[in-house]
Amino acid sequence: MRLLRIWPDETRFDFMRFRHVTFPLSATLSVAIAIVFVTMGLNFGVDFKGGTLIELAAKAGQADVGSVRNAANNLGFGEVEVQEFGNQGGVSLRFPIQPGGEAAQGVVVDKARATFGADYNFDRVETVGPRVSGELVQSGTIGVVLSVFAVLAYLWFRFERELAIGAIVGTLHDIVLTIGFFVITRHEFNMTSIAAILTIVGYSLNETVVVFDRTRELLRRYKQMPTEELLNLSINSTMSRTVMTATTTTLSLLALVLFGGRAIEGFAEVMLAGVVICTYSAIFISSPVLIYIGSRLASRSLAAGAGVPQPAE
Amino acid sequence: MLRFSKTKVIFTLGAVLVGLLLAVPSLMSRDERQAYLKAIPSWIPTWMVPTRAIVLGLDLQGGSQILLEVDRADLVRTQALSLRDDVRRVLRENGVAIEGGIQISGRGVQVRIPDAAARARVLPKLRELSQPITSAILGQTGAQTLGVAESPDGLVQLTFTDQGIEDRIRRAVDQSIEVIRRRVDQLGTTEPSIQRQGADRVLVQVPGLQDPARLEEILGKTAKLEFRLLGDAGSTDTELLPSRDAGGQRVPVERQIILDGADLTDATPGFDNRTNEPIVNFRFNLRGAQRFGDATTRNVGRPLAIVLDNEVISAPRIIQPITGGQGQISGRFTVQQANDLSVLLRSGALPAKLTIIERRTVGPGLGRDSIEAGKLATYVATLFVVILMFATYGVFGFIANVALVVHVGLIFGLMSVLEATLTLPGIAGIVLTIGTAVDSNVLIYERIREEARAGRSVVTAIQAGFDRAFATIIDSNSTMAIAALILFFMGSGPVRGFAVVFLLGILTTVITAVTMTRMMIALWYGYARPKAIPF
Repeated sequence: MRLLRIWPDETRFDFMRFRHVTFPLSATLSVAIAIVFVTMGLNFGVDFKGGTLIELAAKAGQADVGSVRNAANNLGFGEVEVQEFGNQGGVSLRFPIQPGGEAAQGVVVDKARATFGADYNFDRVETVGPRVSGELVQSGTIGVVLSVFAVLAYLWFRFERELAIGAIVGTLHDIVLTIGFFVITRHEFNMTSIAAILTIVGYSLNETVVVFDRTRELLRRYKQMPTEELLNLSINSTMSRTVMTATTTTLSLLALVLFGGRAIEGFAEVMLAGVVICTYSAIFISSPVLIYIGSRLASRSLAAGAGVPQPAE
Repeated sequence: MLRFSKTKVIFTLGAVLVGLLLAVPSLMSRDERQAYLKAIPSWIPTWMVPTRAIVLGLDLQGGSQILLEVDRADLVRTQALSLRDDVRRVLRENGVAIEGGIQISGRGVQVRIPDAAARARVLPKLRELSQPITSAILGQTGAQTLGVAESPDGLVQLTFTDQGIEDRIRRAVDQSIEVIRRRVDQLGTTEPSIQRQGADRVLVQVPGLQDPARLEEILGKTAKLEFRLLGDAGSTDTELLPSRDAGGQRVPVERQIILDGADLTDATPGFDNRTNEPIVNFRFNLRGAQRFGDATTRNVGRPLAIVLDNEVISAPRIIQPITGGQGQISGRFTVQQANDLSVLLRSGALPAKLTIIERRTVGPGLGRDSIEAGKLATYVATLFVVILMFATYGVFGFIANVALVVHVGLIFGLMSVLEATLTLPGIAGIVLTIGTAVDSNVLIYERIREEARAGRSVVTAIQAGFDRAFATIIDSNSTMAIAALILFFMGSGPVRGFAVVFLLGILTTVITAVTMTRMMIALWYGYARPKAIPF
């Protein structure tokens, strides 16, 4: 039986040369994202912005988005964001936070039920008061920052400092690009998005660590090899695995995007984008970074090799 | 090298089998599970058979949840008001003249007592208003509920300490949970969950409840507590009320209400000084103390019914007049009962305003759709990965696929034992781990290929592949686990459900992809004796 090979064996591809393209590309993207982030901002959901989210499903046939929009805006709760979603008559309404503190938020739902209750089922109703949304923003931010530091600490402990820095550069890159994905696609940013970002942090490091594990191993074996060549060899020899894992993960997420239902679609799409970003950065960002910061890698292991006689492999 | 001893094989298979069996109750519907639990013969101890099951999150089950917060400012204000009454009573009892009345300050009360002698005389009495803070774990903490300060110009300030306020809020949350539980039970819904969240919040989850308006309404009401005398049956002045004391039997209670819960400021469990019997201490405000004192003086020897929501909780006999605004209820309680009763008494007057700060409702349709869609996505993802793995690695791919199926089964098994909550992001987590679980296998297999290409024999290549890939597997899974752990600790509800699945997935993947795969490859090798790596 002939077995499938997505990536050929024993490649000698010069991945490092691409840094002259990928570094400017990623830098430009990051700056562009920063600009768009500042000007457009994230499409914060009620978790972070506070307010009321109502998802309606038409009891029969298609939703009449236009009339829902008109009716919602006439309720007197400020500007309501009305969006159609899915293809089964779903409409989502997002009411801004109402003045008057925590207790004042409940009225929105009562009025909405009275207005839309006859024609629509209420699939989801979420009201988050100003205090809770503030706390969620705080804990979300702390979570992401903390995870970066925790992982940095782990890497520092397990790897050489240069490798740890390379991995963190890659991870930050992935976070920025993922946020960029949120900004540009206008995906709602909520607590689940934080979960997506943290998972992407985990996946990003997973990818980088596999390559760096090999780099570390090769570093001990080939002490004379120039950094660039060493890194190319690391990537080439782990490439078949990288491609295979990226494929299985992408396929799973694809299944989730296609069949996971409207409530999880957004999460799956972000994760899918994240896997692509992480695979790209593990090869084209984290590793080439070592060429600049990792010149000491070779010299350090050289020095170590000179002092201590190495056992034969 | 590639030999697995029989004991090891039996042990590994046994552990996997147990893990998979644990998932069985979770695969049953609610009715099937109840029938199954009934069908277990009583002579089998419950730990011998899997009984626990995964809990579906509200986002999958449909239902409502609301998050309530104790209104701190309101609580402090209420406490200050009752403290003012207490201070007034103490001053009056000791005949101390004050200047300008008793003021309520930010976090307590202040009073000006110009006469230094009178001040010295009354200060110890005022200090007695402060109570030691006890905690369930530490016992006496040494902290006091009140700080009493005196300045030379005669100003006496009684301020709630930080610990005092925190302690009060903590107890307020305990009381609210008790009240809320009893109230939600009235809705007649299945398995409501009421939990403390943080220091000053209560999370109420009611599966299946579509319109939380009624929930919000009944949580807004106060429980009705009354002190009334037991009367004669048949008199027009009495009504029959069920008595908890008498096992639900109806007892005649006078219609006239001596006092209601509004006048109760506190109730705490304690022990009788002489008999060391568990009792409940209660305190009234000034008005309550007077009326209670008068009523008990006039009715010594008669039973006093303590009525909560039209049910007689207990009816102790008045042994002597109770005039100090404080009293105790004894009734051969266990410690637990005394504790419960004090909670009930306190819950009479809701300790403070509860504010709804978050509401979430998911319709049953959406939850059902999500489960169906999640199942489909899981099957499709598994199919994709299984086909790809088999096409790429042949027999080894088949082995990885067996490990993958066991891996998903083990996640369900572990979640069942932990009675973890499966949420929609949790389903996404399962689908995601299907993709990442085979990563360990891929790492090992690719390494085996490399070692074989480097000229090693089949056995040594397999051996080296496992050994060398192991460090990488640990490193890559650790980084994932760190991210998942942080998510677990900071996340709540659905997001935490995702973190749980993800963490368990990492745990089981290391077991299935390393130990199980290794065993299956060893067994296969012993059977097939291949001359070359088959992929």
